Amino acid sequence: MIDSTLVELQAALAAKRVSSVELTRLHLERIGRLNGRLNAFVTVDEETSLAQALRADEQRARGEAGPLAGIPIAHKDIFCTRELRTTCGSRMLEHYASPYDAHVIEQFGRAGAVLLGKTNMDEFAMGSSNETSYFGPVRNPWDRRLVPGGSSGGSAAAVASRMAPAATGTDTGGSIRQPAALTGVCGLKPTYGLVSRYGMIAFASSLDQGGPLARSAADLALLMNVMAGHDRRDSTSIERPRENYARALNLPIKGLRLGLPAEYFGAGVEPGVLKCVREAIAWFESQGARTLPVELPNTGLAVPVYYVIAPAEASSNLSRFDGVRYGHRAKDYADLTDMYCRTRAEGFGAEVKRRILIGTYVLSHGYYDAYYLKAQKVRRLIAKDFAEAFQRCDVIMGPTSPTTAFPLEAKTEDPVQMYLNDIFTIPAPLAGLPGLSIPCGFDAKGLPVGLQVMGNYFAEAKMLGVAHQYQRATDWHRRVPTETPL
Amino acid sequence: MSLSDDQIRRLARLARIAIGEEESATFRDRLNRVLGLIDQLQAVDTTGIEPMSHALDVVQPLRPDAVTESDQRARFQADAPAVEDGLYLVPKVIE
Repeated sequence: MIDSTLVELQAALAAKRVSSVELTRLHLERIGRLNGRLNAFVTVDEETSLAQALRADEQRARGEAGPLAGIPIAHKDIFCTRELRTTCGSRMLEHYASPYDAHVIEQFGRAGAVLLGKTNMDEFAMGSSNETSYFGPVRNPWDRRLVPGGSSGGSAAAVASRMAPAATGTDTGGSIRQPAALTGVCGLKPTYGLVSRYGMIAFASSLDQGGPLARSAADLALLMNVMAGHDRRDSTSIERPRENYARALNLPIKGLRLGLPAEYFGAGVEPGVLKCVREAIAWFESQGARTLPVELPNTGLAVPVYYVIAPAEASSNLSRFDGVRYGHRAKDYADLTDMYCRTRAEGFGAEVKRRILIGTYVLSHGYYDAYYLKAQKVRRLIAKDFAEAFQRCDVIMGPTSPTTAFPLEAKTEDPVQMYLNDIFTIPAPLAGLPGLSIPCGFDAKGLPVGLQVMGNYFAEAKMLGVAHQYQRATDWHRRVPTETPL
Repeated sequence: MSLSDDQIRRLARLARIAIGEEESATFRDRLNRVLGLIDQLQAVDTTGIEPMSHALDVVQPLRPDAVTESDQRARFQADAPAVEDGLYLVPKVIE
């Protein structure tokens, strides 16, 4: 049962082969046994989860079961929850009790899902290895000496280790797809604006987007049906008719045009990653898909653009943490300004401070045009490259990450080395495009490799169909991590 | 372009983050690496390119200017570090 997909759990619950209380208890027990080794969860409250499970069982008995009724789901600790504290991986919010639920949390509540716990993450979602969390690093279930990726590393590790059947995450520059790739699970970053950001603690508002992590593409579709939808409380939420993200799972692969950007297959990509990705593409070709080269010549500029825009927006968003209305406040201070300065010095970790300082610099008088405006122009060039590519192909494929999981502390000394790990996941959010990552094999070290599928705006259903067809023919997504046997 | 210790301290003041002398050197080293990365943008020809501030070209929606929220002051202030009589307390700013 612990290894089931959401689709299987739905069937088991509907057939009364298991109750939500039993299912929730099963996952809570596994968390109790494994979380000490992985540190994937920051907050778990058995009473809250079991009370919700009981309510889901009662609703089912009355015939009122929602689409995810009784299924425990873990949430990245960036989504505000009334019932559990919301830390965002920061000392600043260590004891923050949100007075409201995020839109995404409300949607899962309406669907009948059980809140299983809050997952660890890089502080304020700033990181690619989960090492910037105030609550300590998350470890990779395939090898505890390695990072799980970030910033949704806790969610990815929880899903990979079968502590949770599915989880939510957020992606600003790769924070869903990169940890999904490094832990061997599936993750989708939707088109910007599909999932409401209401109650999702802001990092870089023009890029941030919530999305699901799960163990199959079909499960991602189910989760998207719950998460996506217009919300007036997020002014960037898109108003469009609701869609069924599972409608194209049986997509025919024959005739599908796969765009392959040379920039994603060049130097810097590990041979083991290239091999798996190429084999996956060969499978699609064997099924009648047609591959064609596409050009994304500005790919190399995506990381520098991102490290202007994201810190600029972060420095503005994080100015709200001033020790007055919520969050940490320093104990000793001389005056108001000193209170702000000490509060923020104590409440934020080193990476968050660095990004705030970079953001402050690129927005400061005399540098705005040279950095911020320049970055916004290059961002347009990157988006144009994609627009041209999608005139010729249905989806773009390549590696999610140039490497498999790397050791803890391997990249903490040089921030630029850490940033460059996101070279293939940063372009899509800059353009606002959707991207997903699914497992496509293992390298010589036995570590999972992620295949990235990028699509045009609102092409999620098609991308999920592409992924689902691949998963009908392969079992990479069903492999269980070596450190966390069933 | 690389930042001096003085510039780091000035940025930290602007950002309201206290940093010590030793910390300042570490910040300088790491921030300058990041600046080296983003300086690559200067070489790109962006003549005639419109800046892209948002992922999608959408119009900012407007709503009627009407009260929709109920009064939850007590609940909100339960999260505050210091409150008194419904007010948020900060250190004295006027003598």
